Amino acid sequence: MKKPTPNEAPARARVILYSIAALFCLCGLADATYLTVLALTGETAACGGQTGCFEVLGSAYAKVAGIPVAAFGVAGYFTAFTCAVFAAFNSARARKLFALTVGALFAATLWLLYVQAFLLHAFCRYCLFSAAITFLLMGLVVASPSPQMSRN
Amino acid sequence: MKRFLPFIIVAAVGLITFGGGFALYRSKKSSAPAAPKDAPAAGIHVRGSNVAAPLVTVEEFGDFQCPPCSMMAETLKKIETEYGERLKMIFHHFPLPVHAHAREAAIAVEAADKQGRFWEMHDLIYKEQGAWSKAPDVPSLFNSYAGTIGLDLDRFKKDVLDPAVAARVEADHELGASRGVTSTPTLFINGVALKPDETNPPGIHKAIEVALKKEPKP
Repeated sequence: MKKPTPNEAPARARVILYSIAALFCLCGLADATYLTVLALTGETAACGGQTGCFEVLGSAYAKVAGIPVAAFGVAGYFTAFTCAVFAAFNSARARKLFALTVGALFAATLWLLYVQAFLLHAFCRYCLFSAAITFLLMGLVVASPSPQMSRN
Repeated sequence: MKRFLPFIIVAAVGLITFGGGFALYRSKKSSAPAAPKDAPAAGIHVRGSNVAAPLVTVEEFGDFQCPPCSMMAETLKKIETEYGERLKMIFHHFPLPVHAHAREAAIAVEAADKQGRFWEMHDLIYKEQGAWSKAPDVPSLFNSYAGTIGLDLDRFKKDVLDPAVAARVEADHELGASRGVTSTPTLFINGVALKPDETNPPGIHKAIEVALKKEPKP
């Protein structure tokens, strides 16, 4: 079997890393799309009979200027997915944009966790799932090789 | 080909997301009931596409914490869709004392009616019956439902405590008692009560068909 050359190894690592990131983005995208549809149809997420989802998704914090927060999540995850795909195909600009998008998603997630924990005193399972995805994406951004390393 | 692969992947995911979201939205919207076209008289909750001149009027005395009532709500929605403008639905509260939160639920729905959202709250409370009926803090759950359907929450909280709102529930209960209602759901088709063993989808269909053949005005 042919061993990867020193130049191929970081490239392969990059492809694997951004492919995993793209998969995480797809999970977040599905979650955010589901929540957006629920918000648009006026339905609530049952959360297996727990009260948290109703309290979170029905709160004033669930919308910004009449737009469901989940819709921003859809946009954010789709942008992150697009960047991850292009980054996997060796686009340096996409790597930068991916890190920026994930940073923005991470900041929004921290705010939403604060709202749930300290303002609403209730947690929504779907929102926590999205938060977990964002934390994983942030971990991948931190773990991703620097552009210099990729070039070498 | 490899140059276009990322574009193809992104476009495919975009289409799948949009298509899936749209399909989910449509399936949820189509299962949602139509709002009444004509404003009902105060205190009477009417639904139907032709409430002014229907051929058949179906009246229900319901309890929001009664599981068969929840199933009946689904059945009645289907029947309403099936018969369209030939049918008018009327809902009356009949909270049974045996259900700890039934009266609270009825009051919450009445409070939603003060903001013109009776049927949205009616449907949501029935739909989520399994969640709130076991919840430790039912009022806060009803508040979140109110927020979910877009009610002014401060006004809703005030209306829930308004004695006039509770009085509307009591008035419905008294009306039911005066008409011999003892259990829920109890249905009247053009004023004629269905027997308990007829209060099921085939029984309701049969009674409506009989009423349509007679074609009386309600």
